[in-house]
Amino acid sequence: MTNPQMVMYEEEFNQIQAIVDRLVREANAQVVFIIDKNGQLIASAGETDQLDTTSLASLTAGNIAATGGIAKLLRENEFAAQFHEGEKSNVHIQLVGNRVILVVIFGHNTTLGLVRLRVKKASEQLNAIFEALLAKVQDPAHETPFAEITDDDIDNLFND
Amino acid sequence: MSFINYLSREINCKIVYYGPGLCGKTTNLQYIYNKTNPDAKGKMISLATETERTLFFDFLPLALGEIRGFKTRFHLYTVPGQVFYDASRKLILKGVDGVVFVADSQIARMEANIESMENLRTNLAEQGYSLDKLPYVIQYNKRDMPSIAPVEELRNLLNPQGVPDFEAIAKDGDGVFDTLKAIAKLVLTELKRGGAGG
Ligand SMILES: Nc1nc2c(ncn2[C@@H]2O[C@H](COP(=O)(O)OP(=O)(O)O)[C@@H](O)[C@H]2O)c(=O)[nH]1
Ligand SMILES: [Mg+2]
Repeated sequence: MTNPQMVMYEEEFNQIQAIVDRLVREANAQVVFIIDKNGQLIASAGETDQLDTTSLASLTAGNIAATGGIAKLLRENEFAAQFHEGEKSNVHIQLVGNRVILVVIFGHNTTLGLVRLRVKKASEQLNAIFEALLAKVQDPAHETPFAEITDDDIDNLFND
Repeated sequence: MSFINYLSREINCKIVYYGPGLCGKTTNLQYIYNKTNPDAKGKMISLATETERTLFFDFLPLALGEIRGFKTRFHLYTVPGQVFYDASRKLILKGVDGVVFVADSQIARMEANIESMENLRTNLAEQGYSLDKLPYVIQYNKRDMPSIAPVEELRNLLNPQGVPDFEAIAKDGDGVFDTLKAIAKLVLTELKRGGAGG
């Protein structure tokens, strides 16, 4: 299979959430979120109330895909990190294990150096978790609850 | 590549609307957006040029209801149709769970339809996908235009494999939801079989 299914279970989610929560605190960031390369939000922490995280996730994934395309044209490895500087907030985007994207939004009360340092540590921890998740999904004993979906279930979705 | 979240009990799927420039891909998404309850949709994002041609993609997140206690969420994307945006089209196909090919019914656009469909096959193959294995439907759009090809002819030309196909007038919404439902159904059915397009 070229494209293994992405799944998320409670155990791994809690580990990931703990890392993201810690990263917000230790980097003094406003928001941290993790998305997969297809633009789906996996976890977030910080001041997310005012943010359209679904849109942000899709645009960030598009951005990473585009810079990945540029890297390929330049015969570069994928650019692992990007930094965007704004007036009030800055964005640091880090590719983790070439599989998920770690985004940190931060203001003037911290520094890029500190953010980078904390992101590096978090990336290593996240990478280990996603590796384990992937192995779990690829295990042939892994079951999907969707095997039991009936055609009626699917039809019912549209009967309104 | 669908994403199953056991924690929030959500299943996310990615559907891409493909087709030649100006066939009506963005119009399909705009109609869906306008006709969907605010609580079932997110913001529609269009990365477009100043003349409203799609530059990178349009994006519309949509919730379709629950199945076996899982919320189904579909992320709809369109690709830019113009030939020179091929690099962007390839990127958008990454991780796709289902494809809607929107054909322009106008006789003058037949070559563009065929070219775009061949381009779709090529770009999918580069990602290790095959159009014959992927959930896939076809829409014959712009049925209201004066010089259009008969559906039978479009079918012979664009749908020899006989996948589900629909006539549409996307600007009035005709056929738009039929197309969406058909692809959503195929994607969920594929999920049930446990496949992943490759
Ligand atoms: N007459 C007619 N025009 C349409 C129809 N669908 C789309 N259009 C128009 O075709 C043009 C291109 O549509 P657009 O959705 O931007 O095409 P895209 O390049 O595939 O995204 C717009 O002016 C639309 O209003 C249709 O069913 N009938
Ligand atoms: Mg468009």
